[in-house]
Amino acid sequence: MSLNIIVCAKQVMDPETPMSAFNVDEAAKRVVPAQGIPPVVNGFCENAVEAALKVKEGVGEATITVISVGNDFVMDVMKKPLSMGADQMILVQDPATENLDALGTATVLSKAIEKIGQPDIVICGQQASDWDNAHVPMGISEMLGMACLSEARSIDIGEGTVTVASSRSDGYEVFEAATPCLITVNNEIGEPRYPTLRGIMQASRKTPETWTLADLGLSDSDVAPALTLTELFVPVNDRQCEIIEGEDEADSGRLLALKLREEKII
Amino acid sequence: MSEILIFAEIEEGDLHSTAGELIAAGRKISDDTGDSVSVAIIGGNQDLGSKAIALGADKAYIANDNAISEGVADSYLAALHKICLEVEPNVVLSSKTPIGRAVGPRLAYRLGTGIAQDCMDVSADSGSGRVTATRPVYGGNAMAKFTFAEKNPQVIIMRLKAFESAEPDSGRSGDVVELNISLDESDIKTKLVETVKQESEGVRLEDASVIIGMGRGLGGPEPFSQLEDLAKVFNGAVGASRAVCDAGWLDHSYQIGLTGKTVTPDVYITVGISGASQHMAGCSSSKNIVAINKDGDANIFKEASFGVVGDWEKVLPAFTETARELLDS
Repeated sequence: MSLNIIVCAKQVMDPETPMSAFNVDEAAKRVVPAQGIPPVVNGFCENAVEAALKVKEGVGEATITVISVGNDFVMDVMKKPLSMGADQMILVQDPATENLDALGTATVLSKAIEKIGQPDIVICGQQASDWDNAHVPMGISEMLGMACLSEARSIDIGEGTVTVASSRSDGYEVFEAATPCLITVNNEIGEPRYPTLRGIMQASRKTPETWTLADLGLSDSDVAPALTLTELFVPVNDRQCEIIEGEDEADSGRLLALKLREEKII
Repeated sequence: MSEILIFAEIEEGDLHSTAGELIAAGRKISDDTGDSVSVAIIGGNQDLGSKAIALGADKAYIANDNAISEGVADSYLAALHKICLEVEPNVVLSSKTPIGRAVGPRLAYRLGTGIAQDCMDVSADSGSGRVTATRPVYGGNAMAKFTFAEKNPQVIIMRLKAFESAEPDSGRSGDVVELNISLDESDIKTKLVETVKQESEGVRLEDASVIIGMGRGLGGPEPFSQLEDLAKVFNGAVGASRAVCDAGWLDHSYQIGLTGKTVTPDVYITVGISGASQHMAGCSSSKNIVAINKDGDANIFKEASFGVVGDWEKVLPAFTETARELLDS
């Protein structure tokens, strides 16, 4: 049995960008990319690649195809899944994707998955660290009529079935579905592996295939937004922190407790 | 007049605590649009319907079917989808619980409408009935407001505790309506195989009024017991940053943040936490934040109201001891 695994990945602004370099253009309603800080593959999407690689190691034979939608790909960044060990990559690159909302993105990804054809499992990061929507994967599962297993912290492949454990606040739940199905993961699935030198060399020899919306049979009206961004701003923080200083650090600790008591906080 | 439909979950035979919060959010939209507030209770009974009315709903729909499988999002999704086709609400409100955040988005995609996730606030235009939802984006670094296109229902997933539930008023009246729905077996694509409870000792993080936050600055898993000691002084709980959980110092069930738990304690005492926005997104609604960190420039001091800049190994024991004395006396 050879599994056909598709992983969706997104290029995002580095979430580790310091607050001092995080700027919002309120008039244009967009975050201004920080100078000199390259974008990254979204963290949970790297977790999704890691999950796919673990599945492949488990079943022995599988093809991992990574797909992404965007307009300003930095190839060195986007090739990371390939250097981690994914087999191939398809980039849906089109100026019309510039203003896609979640509905539009799910539409494009679904069409791309249909074009690739016959996936056994689709693995996605739970959410992207830019818009934090956390529902594009669910849109894909609906559009493709697949079962959706969300927030998996482990994945087990059976004969035509997938079993996942999903964390809950007081433990976990185990769900099962028939393939094809879609799975979302987050950091709990495990740290993404570092690309090996061999992986980087192999990735450097691969050229991602690029598709346009027209290649997917989509026109602008097919990806019209369901939501309009009307305001984007950095929230004002007017909290003032009172720093407690004693004679030494232990004294500061003691005075902090006294202060909190005085303020009726504890 | 149309309806604002609330997906009310059930927990241990009673309405989930988020039901009242969603009804409060629904009432706010209703103040703007004049739409009535209805509650969909899937797998519930008349009694729960009356409770929803007491919490501020105008109407409750009770839907039951043998195919509804408790804890499986597919069941609630299929049932809610059928209810939406019948009721044709303008708005659907769901909560960011494991079931709510799995059902809400899929409902929107199934109906081909818009969905806003993790919303902190909602309002609506009285003329058009279009809802504006306010939600954090970019890991909480920015806030965004979104409005919905023409199509209904506008599906909104509310952050836990974004709204406060009203006190039940048993004098309120409203209709409790039984709906006949019949699910197709093909609607249920997933099966819940097993539920494993891992009871942690003491107070649940989500319920704790005092939380001690463990950060990467503590350098390893060992200091956990000291934080636990402090938590015990307040009958509180220990939580942690994502870095601590990813490093394996603590299980992910301790994780507070955008991914992880959203907590709203009276006091959140952070030790060695830098205050990355990703973490703050899960605790910024705490009534008071207190910081102990050796880096005076750390972002946490912009969020805290009281703090000590210093080495936690020296600050914490004295703080714990003094707090214990104060609370014992």
